[in-house]
Amino acid sequence: MSDASAKTPVAPPITPRPLPAMQGLTQQFYDWCRQGELRFQRCDSCHAWRHVPRELCAQCGAAVWSWQRSSGRGRVFTWTVAVRAMHPGFAGDAPYAPVVVEMEEGVRVVSQLVDCAPDLLAIDMPVTVVFDAVTPEITLPRFTRA
Amino acid sequence: MSRLKDRACIVGIGETAYCRAPGSGLSQLGIQLQASLRALDDAGLTPRQIDGVMPFPNLGSAEEMAANLGIASLRFAATVHMGGAAPVASLQHAAAVVVAGIADYVLLPAGWNGYSGRRARETIAMDVSSLPGGAIARDYYMPYGLTAPPQWYALIARRHMHEFGTTPEQLGAIAVAMRKHAQLNPGAVMRDKPLTLDAYLASPMITDPYRLFDCCLETDGAAAVVVTTTERARDLRRRPVSIMGVAAAQPYPADEITNRADLFETGLTIAAPRAFQMADITPADVDFAEIYDCFTFEVLQQLEETGFCGRGEGGSFVEHGAIELGGVLPVNTHGGLLSDAHVLGMSHIVEAVRQLRGDAGERQVEDAEIGVVTGWGDFGDGSIAILRR
Repeated sequence: MSDASAKTPVAPPITPRPLPAMQGLTQQFYDWCRQGELRFQRCDSCHAWRHVPRELCAQCGAAVWSWQRSSGRGRVFTWTVAVRAMHPGFAGDAPYAPVVVEMEEGVRVVSQLVDCAPDLLAIDMPVTVVFDAVTPEITLPRFTRA
Repeated sequence: MSRLKDRACIVGIGETAYCRAPGSGLSQLGIQLQASLRALDDAGLTPRQIDGVMPFPNLGSAEEMAANLGIASLRFAATVHMGGAAPVASLQHAAAVVVAGIADYVLLPAGWNGYSGRRARETIAMDVSSLPGGAIARDYYMPYGLTAPPQWYALIARRHMHEFGTTPEQLGAIAVAMRKHAQLNPGAVMRDKPLTLDAYLASPMITDPYRLFDCCLETDGAAAVVVTTTERARDLRRRPVSIMGVAAAQPYPADEITNRADLFETGLTIAAPRAFQMADITPADVDFAEIYDCFTFEVLQQLEETGFCGRGEGGSFVEHGAIELGGVLPVNTHGGLLSDAHVLGMSHIVEAVRQLRGDAGERQVEDAEIGVVTGWGDFGDGSIAILRR
């Protein structure tokens, strides 16, 4: 902070919203989103679905798996309404509601709904995935009321 | 594990002043050194007798603490990476280490300038290395606005309200109880600032269902304790407090909250029965509990998982003054993180020792013989110590 800033007001720097680091399995997950597909890892051996991405199947120990396409359908499992943003990148969004969606495959994902005011959220509300290209490289899965 | 029962004691406690503005005036290291020196003085030990140091994660190294204190023979240095569960989990390590003869006197310091320095919420939001799930939170939580601990844990609280009918008034009863206790603690930051249930309900929402007064304080302060064997403890200055039972555990998976089969099964769910088995007592034998209270719901949940009440019964358990002094189980007799100060769980251990020594003044639990201290950290790591006078 310099003294000059008192004379010449300068807008505070805008903190961008945090983004995933595009590397490894996370890059693969989000690359599928960019192609408009929500895919999760599924064990080739015992066929258990998993999320977040892992190296091994925690059910059977197998290291063989593939990205399998989700139905895209799920239900709201829980949520919070962030009335006060705790990261400067979300200051302009508050109030907003991070939700946990339980997918038909059984895995749960953190996301947001694009078309539901926070005070209308309800546990078990059916939702369907949509895709939001937040940068040319990164597309986030979000959800809409089914 | 039961081989550790009553083999180690807490023999020294130390605290700095706890404050918000204008701040401690000390560095993050300096404030921890001050608390450490007070704990050593309380025990009647010199720094040269200390040969083990267990710093809180990410707040300082054993090396720099030892260098400043003149600990010339550091034989054991380790940090338990369990966030707010670290101090109580460190009691387990310290007890094992002194009983095994790896070190004789182990110092556990914790402290920070959580108000005048970098705020806790900023540290968590901006520094991936401080996130328990590290890259997972960065890649799968934060892009969706789930950036800070009250938001993570609000997800669990919301689900508890859905499954068990837990109410805002019940969360408020916890905030009110902590605040009442702080009125009896001369050092509490919220002394002289009483809180009614109506004022709690009227406080601004931070992250639903957490209102302002569901959230712990951000304060400057440090605390420290010293652990040695029960045998050595007899020769020291103060009446020792014995570690009857102690355990720590992690939920599964520990690095990701949302895909747990059971959201309420946390580290404490595993640790608490082990600690009670080691101590060979039941929750009904406990006179008071210092429960890590980062947010009100975490108190309720830990009361359930410790076994003070059943799963889903926490809401009705905390009502009607049951967790206040004079109730069936006084909880956080110092005011806790919610109304005393946020000293990362170490002040909960200090308060338990003070109660068991009978030195708690106006807030003394009558005939306190056995006390429980819990820690909660990261994404639900849990620790518990059962202490007795």
